Amino acid sequence: MDYIFDNERPIYIQLVEKLRTQIVSGELKQGERIPSVRELALTARVNPNTMQKALAELENEGLVYTERTNGKFITKNKELIDSLKKQLAKEKVINFLKDMKNIGIDYKDAIIYLQELGGI
Amino acid sequence: MELLECKHLYKEFDGKQVLKDINFKIPKGKIIGLLGKNGAGKSTLIKLINDLLTSNSGEILINGKKPGVESKKIIAYLPERTYLDKEMKVNQAIKYFSEFYENFDKEKAINLLKDLNLDINKKISKMSKGMQEKLQLILVMSRKADLYILDEPLGGVDPATRDYILDTILSNFNEGASVIISTHLIADIERILDEVIFVNEGEIILTSSADELRNKEKASIDEVFRRYFKC
Repeated sequence: MDYIFDNERPIYIQLVEKLRTQIVSGELKQGERIPSVRELALTARVNPNTMQKALAELENEGLVYTERTNGKFITKNKELIDSLKKQLAKEKVINFLKDMKNIGIDYKDAIIYLQELGGI
Repeated sequence: MELLECKHLYKEFDGKQVLKDINFKIPKGKIIGLLGKNGAGKSTLIKLINDLLTSNSGEILINGKKPGVESKKIIAYLPERTYLDKEMKVNQAIKYFSEFYENFDKEKAINLLKDLNLDINKKISKMSKGMQEKLQLILVMSRKADLYILDEPLGGVDPATRDYILDTILSNFNEGASVIISTHLIADIERILDEVIFVNEGEIILTSSADELRNKEKASIDEVFRRYFKC
């Protein structure tokens, strides 16, 4: 995954978003041990403190848990991941529909476009 | 105890105030951007912390002690201009650092230089400017220091070298140590900063967490800086 940041938004929020995407897509698998904060920070080329903050947020959300001596893991709670997936999907659809509306296309016509191009 | 604390620092040269009532604290484990235009007083402040200049009034405490022999052991300083004798070969520079600094990790320096495919028998003066910058950074970052102070580490290098420098800083600073990076090239570096200190005309005009500032101003640090210093 590419880590390209928009400097206009807090970096840790962008990290949280990227990690959430990796979790729902299965790139980071349920129950998988995640690399150390330092390793993750180096991969993303960010400050370890910023990565720590992002992971703390994911832990708050229950997506990541810590085993005291073994490190951090992705949750095994499938329902939680599924509900996050739904939530992310909804956000993306809302944004898409807003964009379509801006160019004068209502949702019924938007569906036609989706059907036409859905195979991509 | 704070790693570094500056209290009411004043410095003047020839009757001109170059630093006025500087106050800040730096805890352990942070990367701090000391940001200001050329001539804002950043290098003077850094020289005071490194005991290369003395303030007219005020106090600097490093781990609770005034700058001196002890603080030099725990601060790894990359000056704006080189202090290496360019007639030295790379391996002589390494030897010099290992004799001078107890906390210099020679193995680490040699490995980092190997990654660059740098011939250690080469004279420093025969190396490109970018390579000289990298060598100096490697020497400084190979010290197991508590505080790294890097004065304009990105000045005059190409974008690829910039990336190398940022990666080298991120992957080599000692855990629990702090890093102060002084620069006016904010866009290149803001991604790795925890905190920012804006300096203008010898005064600190803003200190903030980098992400909080982005959130508050809905803009990049670079953009916020430009707004503050609009000419």
